[in-house]
Amino acid sequence: MLIDIDNLHVSVGGTEIIRGLDLQINPGEVHAIMGPNGSGKSTLANTLAGREDYVVTDGAVHYKGNDLLELEPDERARAGVFLSFQYPVEIPGVTNVYMLKAALNARRKAGGQSEIDSAEFMRLVREKAKLMQLDQSFLSRGVNEGFSGGEKKRNEIFQMALLEPDLAILDETDSGLDIDALKVVANGVNAQRDGERGFLMITHYQRLLDYIQPDFVHVLSKGRIVRSGTHELALELEAHGYDGIVAAAQ
Amino acid sequence: MASQQQEVQDIVDRKYEHGFVTDIESDTLPPGVDESVIRHISKMKNEPTFMLEWRLKAYRQWQKMRAPDWAKLDLEPIDYQAISYYSAPKKKDGPKSLDEVDPKLLETYEKLGIPLHERARLAGVAVDAVFDSVSVTTTFKTKLAEAGVIFCSFSEAVQDHPELVEKYLGSVVPQRDNFFAALNSAVFTDGSFVYVPEGVRCPMELSTYFRINAANTGQFERTLVIAAKGSHVSYLEGCTAPQRDENQLHAAVVELVAEEDAEIKYSTVQNWYPGDEDGRGGIYNFVTKRGDCRGDRSKISWTQVEAGSAITWKYPSCILRGADTVGEFYSVAVTNNHQQADTGTKMIHIGPNSRSTIISKGISAGRAQNAYRGLVKMFPTAQNARNYTQCDSLLMGNQCGAHTFPYMEIKNPSAIVEHEATTSKIADDQLFYCLQRGIPEEDAVNMIVNGFCKDVFRELPMEFAVEAQNLMNVSLEGAVG
Repeated sequence: MLIDIDNLHVSVGGTEIIRGLDLQINPGEVHAIMGPNGSGKSTLANTLAGREDYVVTDGAVHYKGNDLLELEPDERARAGVFLSFQYPVEIPGVTNVYMLKAALNARRKAGGQSEIDSAEFMRLVREKAKLMQLDQSFLSRGVNEGFSGGEKKRNEIFQMALLEPDLAILDETDSGLDIDALKVVANGVNAQRDGERGFLMITHYQRLLDYIQPDFVHVLSKGRIVRSGTHELALELEAHGYDGIVAAAQ
Repeated sequence: MASQQQEVQDIVDRKYEHGFVTDIESDTLPPGVDESVIRHISKMKNEPTFMLEWRLKAYRQWQKMRAPDWAKLDLEPIDYQAISYYSAPKKKDGPKSLDEVDPKLLETYEKLGIPLHERARLAGVAVDAVFDSVSVTTTFKTKLAEAGVIFCSFSEAVQDHPELVEKYLGSVVPQRDNFFAALNSAVFTDGSFVYVPEGVRCPMELSTYFRINAANTGQFERTLVIAAKGSHVSYLEGCTAPQRDENQLHAAVVELVAEEDAEIKYSTVQNWYPGDEDGRGGIYNFVTKRGDCRGDRSKISWTQVEAGSAITWKYPSCILRGADTVGEFYSVAVTNNHQQADTGTKMIHIGPNSRSTIISKGISAGRAQNAYRGLVKMFPTAQNARNYTQCDSLLMGNQCGAHTFPYMEIKNPSAIVEHEATTSKIADDQLFYCLQRGIPEEDAVNMIVNGFCKDVFRELPMEFAVEAQNLMNVSLEGAVG
């Protein structure tokens, strides 16, 4: 099992947001978590990534058999947990290519590999940038500096392609994207479905799932998964809205 | 949050690397200043009469002045009679080469990572090393002499080029300019002198390393750089000081003169002992630096990285006197623990079409206070003059402060002045983003801080840019909040 979330309880600022969540993801599986605003979707993503202020009050999370919650955020990342941010931040003055190389080398070092050769790195970067239809010039720009919303999201998936995580958490990757950008992002994600990598997609709308077909869909409400199913469940949600599904589940 | 705060404190509590004292007998005057002390200094240095008179005039003016108190600094009163105003390493005739230099001195430079005889040569840098108050050694003089460039200690310049000293000394920073400049004018013991003749492009970067060593000895450096018509020079200055319990005063004066079409680039990396984690000890760095773009189309560019000192109080300034002159100020000021900095610049636009750029980056961590204070003044004669100012502050942790005091006096309606300022806490978001990509915390902080400082670092000569980046990393290790 890639990740095993057992009876997870998470509080933010003293308020309990996640209230007993269970979820298992096996290698190669794509899981979508859907839910209304405030149901705890982003809290789950941030908790798994190890963000400060997200306090786990009960439950356990095992990642590849190890206690994930014991690890610092950077250790989790180096162990292969990747979060595609809902709102990627700008880091002025730090070029994309510089940060990426530092990130990649940190990951390689943790895996006992040597630092990547510069020529090899650039080859890899060009290849992945092309996949995400990102212009070469973006590499020497500051991290997300002056990027449009769509560029920021494409940059996230580009980074994922480069860092090759074992578990990719996509937090509202579709928000703020027009249909063309959404297709590019979806293609980028689909290209990384290799039967091994696990995906946890967090989304409010079923639209994304037309392009990235999930194996499982879960409906989150008030910090718990109230229903699980296949892609059909997403279509049901689309037709009936959250209210009906959530009410029926309770 | 609490654990991270603690972590910050732990890493911030690093020891100053350069804290040691070289055991060399010093010829030191007893503490205190009066006319007899000034006469003694002048006599020891075998100065011509004009120099002694200039000093005495400064001293008399200083006596009528009061220490200024307008800066945003928490400062104990300084007892000027408790300072010793002259200290020199014992020497007989002065060393002719590095072989004759006291091996202990050389050792000191080694500890500081300044192997003069190797690194200076490799880097193609002429080093006028100031140890306490007397120049110990000067290299590359021959090569510079061939180009007609004079680069020597101030004392030597007084002996060998008195006419240049008499003409230019105090012409940018007059004796009565301010309290500390007046004191410096009265008691300065040495420093550097540069004269680049007409049309000459100085064949190498000029560099001076300053260092305070003798206990209770204030340092009063005097630097004078003159770029004659159409000449070009780049001057680098870097300094560190050994650990001390007492506060030590460093009140230097730097004067730059750029004639027609001349260009001076003056870069500083300042790393004086900042005091311990409780704010004890450390250098008081009260410096007057000013450049005069005297001739048309001349340019003066200041770049500074201020990382050390308990208190930094300085405003490297440009008087844009000529037409089409250019003044630049690029600054990174880092304060950690109990360090305080009140720094910035003055751009005085007199000439038409004069242009100035100010880029200031202040970084505060620990309990430090960091202030930018800058004046942009447009005279009625400054037709079509322009200024662009950008002040950014970065806060690390929640116990430090950043302050911005911009002053503008615009007397010409055609002048254009732009000012942008930002203050941000080193964003948890930025840090988390880097961590989530697997980058360890310290590397992530360094990356973000260096990115923040990039606009300034790229103005530094290559050799200093690397040094500055390293300095920044050491100064702010783990200082996250």
